[in-house]
Amino acid sequence: MALLELQGISKHFGAIQALDGIDVCLGPGEVMGLMGDNGAGKSTLVKIMAGNFPPSSGTISLGGNAVHFNKPLDARRQGIEIVYQDLALCNNLTAAANVFLGREAKRGFSFVKLLDYRTMYQHAGKLFAELKSETRPRDLVRRMSGGQRQAVAIARTRLSDAKVVLMDEPTAAISVRQVAEVLELIRRLRDGGIAVILISHRMPDVFAVCDHVTVLRRGRKVADKPIAKTSPEEVTGLITGAIERA
Amino acid sequence: MTNDKSLQDSIAKKQSGFWQDIVGNQAFWITIVVILISLIMWFVSDVFISERNLFNVTRNFAFIGILALGITPVIITAGIDLSVGSIMGLSGMVLGITMTNGAPMWLGILAGLGTALLVGLVNGTLIAYLKLSPFVVTLGMLSIARSLALVISDGKLISKFGPDNDAFLQLGGGRIGFIPNPIIVTVLLALILWFLLQATPWGRYVYAIGGNEEAARLTGVPVNLIKVSTYVLSAFCAGIAAVMLVGWLGSANNSVGTGYELNAIAATVIGGTNLMGGVGTSFGALIGSVLIEVIRNSLLLGGVNPFWQGTFVGTALILAVFIERIRNFRSNA
Repeated sequence: MALLELQGISKHFGAIQALDGIDVCLGPGEVMGLMGDNGAGKSTLVKIMAGNFPPSSGTISLGGNAVHFNKPLDARRQGIEIVYQDLALCNNLTAAANVFLGREAKRGFSFVKLLDYRTMYQHAGKLFAELKSETRPRDLVRRMSGGQRQAVAIARTRLSDAKVVLMDEPTAAISVRQVAEVLELIRRLRDGGIAVILISHRMPDVFAVCDHVTVLRRGRKVADKPIAKTSPEEVTGLITGAIERA
Repeated sequence: MTNDKSLQDSIAKKQSGFWQDIVGNQAFWITIVVILISLIMWFVSDVFISERNLFNVTRNFAFIGILALGITPVIITAGIDLSVGSIMGLSGMVLGITMTNGAPMWLGILAGLGTALLVGLVNGTLIAYLKLSPFVVTLGMLSIARSLALVISDGKLISKFGPDNDAFLQLGGGRIGFIPNPIIVTVLLALILWFLLQATPWGRYVYAIGGNEEAARLTGVPVNLIKVSTYVLSAFCAGIAAVMLVGWLGSANNSVGTGYELNAIAATVIGGTNLMGGVGTSFGALIGSVLIEVIRNSLLLGGVNPFWQGTFVGTALILAVFIERIRNFRSNA
């Protein structure tokens, strides 16, 4: 059964048609690569799934139920977590504080709620261990490597019972070793039955972890193929328009 | 089992040790400087450690200290509040007028604090919801609040506070044991602010907004509400400072709090709060205010022309920021 299903998603900004009738179907534990050149509509599609703005037409369903998002928090409550391109981390806070940002563990009396540092350090520590990351809960994000930052942003998605994780260019600005780390993290999410959408420009990464790849060009879906039945050359052709459709 | 132990180690592990944290802390160094100056003054001047002088120093520092504590959360969110001095003036005048017209003390204080809260609410709403620049809004409010104080007082000085006159003068000018009342209020506020910043979600959000406002918004932090609350708190502290200062002076006049905002901002920055946001502590605001007052007092006792005070305080401010820059440069390298 499909976990996340988009049907006929269109979006126009005034006269500009950013997306035109996009269908996407994603099952549990599936990793989908979302590719396309700049301006192809990837970001718009991600923002619609993330609840940043609603589609002009089309429906989104999660587990068979139609859903409507008015703001990013709505999407999160429904089980869609986003790892933003800039990771949305606060450099001045610890790893644990960032993981729990906006949904802190609290303790205390009926109306006076205090931060529960102990629970947050413990829980964050376990999440990092699950992700096999060397990130430590008390470390300041300011002093972390790119891979460790990714781990913090990904650990954040593991706090709730997320069904779908959207990752926007997670490997764009980090070193080769850290890329391997991030791909490993994606595999761990997949093994946990989570559906992952990987937005990326990097062909090798998409072919390393994705089950199938969806290609957008000028707001239209031009391909949706299992990774085993395509090649980097074909995908490149689809992105640039050298190959019309596949 | 070993696995579990390594997990607990990782959870307990800190990036830097206790001493490293202390040495990397601006407020620690300012504390050292305060102690050094005090020691020198103790040897050089026989008046410095006298009860009367300590009474003066501590009480003078209290008013700047209360304001500095109030603007600390504002500055941590990368905002600024230039209006606190004028809020003091307006708040003190409302309190004075209320009491001189025969109202009891509690009503006068309520009116003064209420006025401050209202001004803070206006500041915060304009900044958080209309997205106006904090600098411009509070600069405007600096002018507005000062002018309103003149309007309602018609430029007159108030020195009689109705039926509760004596109790009110006692509140600002009195002491409990050896300790002047304004100091007790300052220390209480410092403890409350420390608690709010470190132990509550509110404090966590204040730091998060200063660190990365967009990230805070995306993760569901009520950014606008928190911002408004910081300006309201800042104004509230200005109101409290006004109550204590007017009670101590024994009169409410139109110059109450003039220029205090700059000293308060200087005190927070000296104590290690970063104007770029994300960094700052309650203790830093406190110790920064102490340093400013100790410098002023030392110059006074040393017989230096008081016209020089601004030069020394200003130099201390620039030096503090400069030293912090050097330390950050080294720790990032």
